[in-house]
Amino acid sequence: MKQVEVLIIGAGPAGLSAADILLEAGASVAIVDRSDRVGGQLTKQTHMFFGSQAHYASKRGIDILTILFDKIKHHPNLHMFTNTTVAGLYPDKVVACVQESRYFTLQAKAIIVATGASEKSLPFENNDLPGVYAAGAVQTLMNVYGVKPGDKVLMVGSGNIGLIVTYQLMQAGVIVPMLVEAAETISGYLVHASKIKRLGVDLRMRTSVKRALGTKHVEGAQIWQLDEQWQGIPGTEETIPVDTICLAVGLSPLTELLQQIGAEVTYINELGGHVPRLNDRFETTVDGVFACGDVAGIEEASSAMIAGTIAGLEAALKRGYKIENVAERRASLHASLATLRSGPHAAKIRKGHEKLGVKS
Amino acid sequence: MRIHQHPILSFDKRKTLNFTYNGQTLEGFEGDTIASALHAQGIKMLSESIHLKRPRGFYCAIGNCASCNMVVNGEPNVRTCITPLEEGMEVRLQEGKGHIR
Repeated sequence: MKQVEVLIIGAGPAGLSAADILLEAGASVAIVDRSDRVGGQLTKQTHMFFGSQAHYASKRGIDILTILFDKIKHHPNLHMFTNTTVAGLYPDKVVACVQESRYFTLQAKAIIVATGASEKSLPFENNDLPGVYAAGAVQTLMNVYGVKPGDKVLMVGSGNIGLIVTYQLMQAGVIVPMLVEAAETISGYLVHASKIKRLGVDLRMRTSVKRALGTKHVEGAQIWQLDEQWQGIPGTEETIPVDTICLAVGLSPLTELLQQIGAEVTYINELGGHVPRLNDRFETTVDGVFACGDVAGIEEASSAMIAGTIAGLEAALKRGYKIENVAERRASLHASLATLRSGPHAAKIRKGHEKLGVKS
Repeated sequence: MRIHQHPILSFDKRKTLNFTYNGQTLEGFEGDTIASALHAQGIKMLSESIHLKRPRGFYCAIGNCASCNMVVNGEPNVRTCITPLEEGMEVRLQEGKGHIR
């Protein structure tokens, strides 16, 4: 069995940031990712990031990825396993991997789980028809592969993903006549909402999908208004002629591997689902197994990069490496994370962390 | 279904790859996944549900949901949304849970 020092699962913003500081500290790092492309969700983020200059503000996600990966990709102590899925985590940090049809095991001294999240679905009649796609998947199809999901799209959900993907659909030449949102107000940034509203998208609050129409694929969507109890109001149905229904209804952390290795997880609705219990070094209840990024609670790429750096720093220290000005760096990283979680849009994250019993 | 003009991204002409879908010859590009190449040709149905045989398309595009599992070169349950397209691949709609050769 091949021995590796620190194994990182997931080559997204969190995993790459963790790798960077570990390599800088002198550790040997293996990164495993099930895609053949490095970068996780950054590969398709053509929009500019907000925040401070130190955190790549006004840079596009795809360019941030280039900066992050260029820094580490030629490092002699980095071993990349792309197109490789971690199929299991076992005691003594044995990691089962599947690369195409090849199965092999690795054994690590420390593991950083940065698996990210998967998109949720929404229950409505015919929600399994081809043409009902997750918003992030549509973003991948367009921005990575250059393929349109359809000609006319109904967007469901007004969080930042729903708003941004609506705009990106329009950039790709796809018509988005309407966006529906079950809540009373827009849940993402108003700046994104205003932009698509100016471009003519009909933003409908307190509205949801009743059913998808069609037999082989989506040929339309029937929407209806919702009452105070989030129930559809009969008689308010409208048919929208679209060939795609795009669901931007939240994400769930991918904690299966953490659960398999015995890390304690708790269900926290505000953080997207089951999340690991972490100490202030981002270590799970299993010694030497760390978690960072969306797998530890749904946030965004900016916080994932900082959390990844913290997990990498702590894993390096645990392995006995020295990091210069460690107290200062640690404090500054935690302060940056606190700043990102301080705005009104992060209220949900703060509430989730409060329930979990950790400081935001 | 390909994007030809985009304000931020450029999709340069890439090498054409030939593959078959249920015996029919189709073209995709280098850099495509099997699912993106099929979708670009307007093929949205990638699998059928195990019990009710309902049509299923792609959903998550990160290899997580199994909605795009197909038979590729005789091997069932290939996650076509993360599997790179290769020249000469034989792609088929999968029946049920698939049959291992």
